[in-house]
Amino acid sequence: MKEASQVIGMEATWGGGGSPFAVSWRKLMMWIFLVGDALLFAGFLASYGFARLASPEWPERSQMFHLEFIALMTFILISSSATMATAVGAAHRGDRKLVLRCVLLTIVGGVAFLGMQAYEWTSLIRAGASLHANPWGVPHFSSYFFLITGFHGSHVLSGVIILGILAARLASGRAREESPELVGLYWHFVDLVWVFIFTLFYLI
Amino acid sequence: MLQATEAPVAHEPTSFLRRYIFSTDHKVIGIQYLLTAAFMGIVAGLLAMLIRAQLAWPEANWSWLERLFPEGMSGGVMKPEFYLSLITMHGTLMVFFVISFALLGGFGNFLIPLQIGARDMAFPFLNMLSYWTAVPASLIMLASFFVEGGAAAAGWTSYPPLSAVPQAVPGSQWGQTLWILGMALFIVSFTMGGLNYVVTVLNLRAKGMTMMRLPVTIWTLFIASILGLLAFPPLTAAAILLLFDRHFGSSFYLPAGMFYGNKLLEHSGGTPLLWQHLFWFLGHPEVYVLLLPALGIVMDILPVFTRKPIFGHRMTLYSLGAIALLSMIVWGHHMYVSGMSPYVGEFFAIGTMAITLPSAIIGMNLIASLWGGAIRFRTPMLFAIGTISLFGIGGLGGIFLGNATSDIQLHDTYFVVGHFHYMIGGVTLFGMFAGLYYWYPKMFGRMLSERLGKVHFWLTMIGFNTVFLTQHFLGLGGMPRRYYAFTKYEFMQPYVHLNVPVTLAAFLLGAAQLLFLFNFFWSRFRGPVAEKNPWEATTLEWGAPSPPPHGNWGERAPVVHRWPYDYGVPGTIQDFTPQTVAANPTQQAR
Repeated sequence: MKEASQVIGMEATWGGGGSPFAVSWRKLMMWIFLVGDALLFAGFLASYGFARLASPEWPERSQMFHLEFIALMTFILISSSATMATAVGAAHRGDRKLVLRCVLLTIVGGVAFLGMQAYEWTSLIRAGASLHANPWGVPHFSSYFFLITGFHGSHVLSGVIILGILAARLASGRAREESPELVGLYWHFVDLVWVFIFTLFYLI
Repeated sequence: MLQATEAPVAHEPTSFLRRYIFSTDHKVIGIQYLLTAAFMGIVAGLLAMLIRAQLAWPEANWSWLERLFPEGMSGGVMKPEFYLSLITMHGTLMVFFVISFALLGGFGNFLIPLQIGARDMAFPFLNMLSYWTAVPASLIMLASFFVEGGAAAAGWTSYPPLSAVPQAVPGSQWGQTLWILGMALFIVSFTMGGLNYVVTVLNLRAKGMTMMRLPVTIWTLFIASILGLLAFPPLTAAAILLLFDRHFGSSFYLPAGMFYGNKLLEHSGGTPLLWQHLFWFLGHPEVYVLLLPALGIVMDILPVFTRKPIFGHRMTLYSLGAIALLSMIVWGHHMYVSGMSPYVGEFFAIGTMAITLPSAIIGMNLIASLWGGAIRFRTPMLFAIGTISLFGIGGLGGIFLGNATSDIQLHDTYFVVGHFHYMIGGVTLFGMFAGLYYWYPKMFGRMLSERLGKVHFWLTMIGFNTVFLTQHFLGLGGMPRRYYAFTKYEFMQPYVHLNVPVTLAAFLLGAAQLLFLFNFFWSRFRGPVAEKNPWEATTLEWGAPSPPPHGNWGERAPVVHRWPYDYGVPGTIQDFTPQTVAANPTQQAR
């Protein structure tokens, strides 16, 4: 649907005031949204830290995780950020073919990540981990693990869906010039959050 | 890209549905929010009347109420668990579904584009979506009264374990789940609205409208939106954890060793304190999300009715920023009795004391704005002055509660109830009314009745202060909040009779609002037709027709040349100079 802002020519009156960040309102909105979303994850991760510090013991992570597998998963997600950045760069240069190709590659990376996460979840659940219990002694561990990685996974999933919409629009030539960059911002954010989750759950 | 001069009004939607129901016009959405807030306000106000009736006459039999609430009032006598539902829902509805809706949803939508000289919000479709997410949120909240166990009953703060263990209280069954869902939708709606407000204020200002030339109302709405956008996500996280504890067996908030009846609950490892931290990390900034726009409205009404610029404009803006920053790091002052380390408590106490400084600056600037003015005592002005007085009294009580030493004595007494009703009940309510009386002509093209308005003001003022000032003293006497009845407590006997006059005053306060409702609807059709600028004000919205058409400005968007407070400038013929008047070369434009 056509936005009323364009229909009534509002953007044409812009040019006064002086834009404090010299960005369009769309990009600004995305940035502010990401700050809010970051605080959502901060809420979760702070709660996790709070619980972990308060807990007298915490399960040894080598019992539960295959770090090589997780490292590969992380590598794939970070690589998808690289393809996304290439797409944004290509969009700036106007290379439409490359944009579409890189967006599709990013989708592949996202789907691969989700698949690997599903595999990891399955093996943990088979081992007896659930939201309220696990075989490693501290029930809190798996509650927080499933909650936070699940929440992040749902972000990746919505990112993949958004990328799919972007790809369809790119293919039919209906995409806004700025869209790859906006989607890119979101995708990089989701990857950045994973870096924190990776560090806080798997490394320390 | 179209040019602004290309007759933008041509695209006004013509169907009733697109024009009044699923409208993307910020003015329609603003009024939709205001009407929704009014409806929710009536519900939440009636809940308060039930609470007061119970507190004054705890053993009375209200058989006619049994038909309305067959469960909660069975036999005509209020059940304790129903009383808990009432206080929970009164608080939740008032804070989020009345005051947020009215001040941010209503005035935010209506005023931001009009006062900054834009034709609409940056993203009108998202704006519509925001309202149409707020409606199901409200319906879910209201529906919770009719599910098994009744509405949520863990207080508006929803502290676990009461809110996390479904067996803990009847309202903690489906009512609490619906409470969480309703709040989640509310937060989604607020986020969509808030994002729109922030980017609109930053990017869509008219030519010449620098940030320092924005009316203070817009500044406060801007700051409140940012605060809300930062503070709500952690509450969302907290609510998701709570939902998991309730339905998926996790123990984020639930420690080991809890019994229900004689049965040990299977939870272990969690702590209810986590919820308190996450909740108040939102809860305290939320106070300012509500408070600041009300103060901004008052700040903008004062110069119009004193015919002079506001006092300390820049200091006010800096103070608003300081309050916003400080409000994010003082949440712990709600938790002094939670067993936190006294050193941490000291940090929060000092932060809270620090917040009184910018608050006092704003309060003093408000009072000094009156000084030397040629005051016109119209209804908006009466409410504006009323707001200042309530801000003063409420702020004074806040100093006692911000200090751990005195708070530990006063915590969870009616002193707290009285205090926060002054701040997020009174300041916001009076600011809201000041704004409604002031902008009604711009919204509907008619004037509200002055005579009814003045009666409304005085009854509200007397009723409000009687109820909540008295509650301060009841609290000092040790009367605890959230208790269902006080008849059985010997220590309360010297005070308990005071609940009767408080309740009578509360009924007066409630009845006075009927006057306003009547005025609102009667004047819509019978009130005198409003001119373009009935109050002789300077801000941009008064340069648009009353009510403004779709696209607000006709063919030419306004261009701004000065700050919004040029009243009584020497050497001008009128005593006010609208923001659109080009600077006189002999005088300095601000």
